[in-house]
Amino acid sequence: MDFPFLYETFLTLIAALPLTLQLAATAIAFGAILALGLALCRISGILPLDWFARLYIFIFRGSPLLVQIFLIYYGLGQFREVRHSMFWFILRDPYWCAVIALMLNTAAYAAEIIRGGLLSVPHGQVEAARSCGMSPFMVFRRITLPLAVRQALPAYSNEMISMVKATSLASIITIMEVTGVAAKLISETFRAIEVFVVAGFIYLAINFVLTRLVAFVEYRLSPHMRQPAPLSAATVAGEIR
Amino acid sequence: MTVSSNSPSVPAIEVRGLRKSFGPVEVLKGIDLTAHEGEVLSILGASGSGKSTMLRCINMLETPDGGDIVVAGEKVAMKPGPHGKSRVADRGQVQRIRSELGMVFQSFNLWSHKTVIENIIEAPIHVQKRSRTEAIEEAEALLAKVGIADKRNHYPSHLSGGQQQRAAIARALAMRPKVMLFDEPTSALDPELVGEVLRVMRSLAEEGRTMLVVTHEMGFARDVSSRVVFLHQGAIEEQGTPQEMFANAKSERFRKFISG
Repeated sequence: MDFPFLYETFLTLIAALPLTLQLAATAIAFGAILALGLALCRISGILPLDWFARLYIFIFRGSPLLVQIFLIYYGLGQFREVRHSMFWFILRDPYWCAVIALMLNTAAYAAEIIRGGLLSVPHGQVEAARSCGMSPFMVFRRITLPLAVRQALPAYSNEMISMVKATSLASIITIMEVTGVAAKLISETFRAIEVFVVAGFIYLAINFVLTRLVAFVEYRLSPHMRQPAPLSAATVAGEIR
Repeated sequence: MTVSSNSPSVPAIEVRGLRKSFGPVEVLKGIDLTAHEGEVLSILGASGSGKSTMLRCINMLETPDGGDIVVAGEKVAMKPGPHGKSRVADRGQVQRIRSELGMVFQSFNLWSHKTVIENIIEAPIHVQKRSRTEAIEEAEALLAKVGIADKRNHYPSHLSGGQQQRAAIARALAMRPKVMLFDEPTSALDPELVGEVLRVMRSLAEEGRTMLVVTHEMGFARDVSSRVVFLHQGAIEEQGTPQEMFANAKSERFRKFISG
């Protein structure tokens, strides 16, 4: 094992970590907002909205992310109208094309996860909120959404992990995130195993931290699903005294 | 226009010609019912007689097909909708009227992600825009009143059914409602827990609260209520004081109903 080389590779790749994280975080954040909108369309009961969301989800879940990235980065630039539109400064930038593709893709999956969460909210609790005189928006904000998020979080963490890994596809359109830098390094050194092992380890580390983070948030959000905390020593002592 | 609910001539709740169908099934066939301030009405009837639907129509959890609901002199505005059924005309008015009616459900329906005290202060703070300190103070007094002051910071899933229902009653009371609506409040409870909830309800009745109680508890209907209303197939078959109804009801069906 050539440890000095591994160490050097690690230093080179870790420099690209911020870009990988930025890609994932931006795509997940915007994707979540879009997904919430799509999920609401799906359960709105308004047929055109429902169909639009169904079609969207079908297309973005059913086709490869790589194809979507190619279509957005190379495909859209073919149209004169796009090149002359106000969005061209975004669509000619590979970084934003990657973010858009990842965001549109994750939104399709997340929409179904959020929809599941929303449908799991017990009807009685919604009814209790309405019977207190809450407006539909307040019911959604105070009762439905918090309960849905708690329900959807475990499944959503899967999708977040997928997104972290999917950022590696952005290397295909010249983005120098971790995988992009790794590929470049291999073309320079021809040492594929070492470089990809280190790259793989970096993704593992990101996802380890991510899963712990989600687990922590889940823990904080669900005290009602745990047994009540046993009496603390101080309380017990107080009662004895 | 709101008329003062203190004047004795204005009923707390007035239901006129209330009709409701679910698909082809006509559940309510024109109900007329008046509850004056301080009255406790026990609404009895076999399952499917429409008693729960009637109660849910009063705070518009079910939209009536026709007829009027008048709460403390204020009529809920309706407008004609499709298929000859009426629709709510003013959502804001419905939300305001709901906040004046405390509803207690058969299955408690406490918000599972909030502690008992959070459940109780939620609507006073966010719907009625009262100060948090005041809401908490009042919530603690209500918890003491229903006898679960020590469960203040527990989550609903950590309480027994009877404790949950008492918390739900406290939640409804926290809105300072003009009328309390109870939809079979003890039907989901184990027999040994029914008593603690009925005791709370009885103390509310003794305070002079206006209450509409859909129930199967004959003891409550006979001993606590000021009037017993018997529904049969979506219509009021007979109503009267408990003495009249339990001693010599005219309705053959009611006599059969109470004899089990």
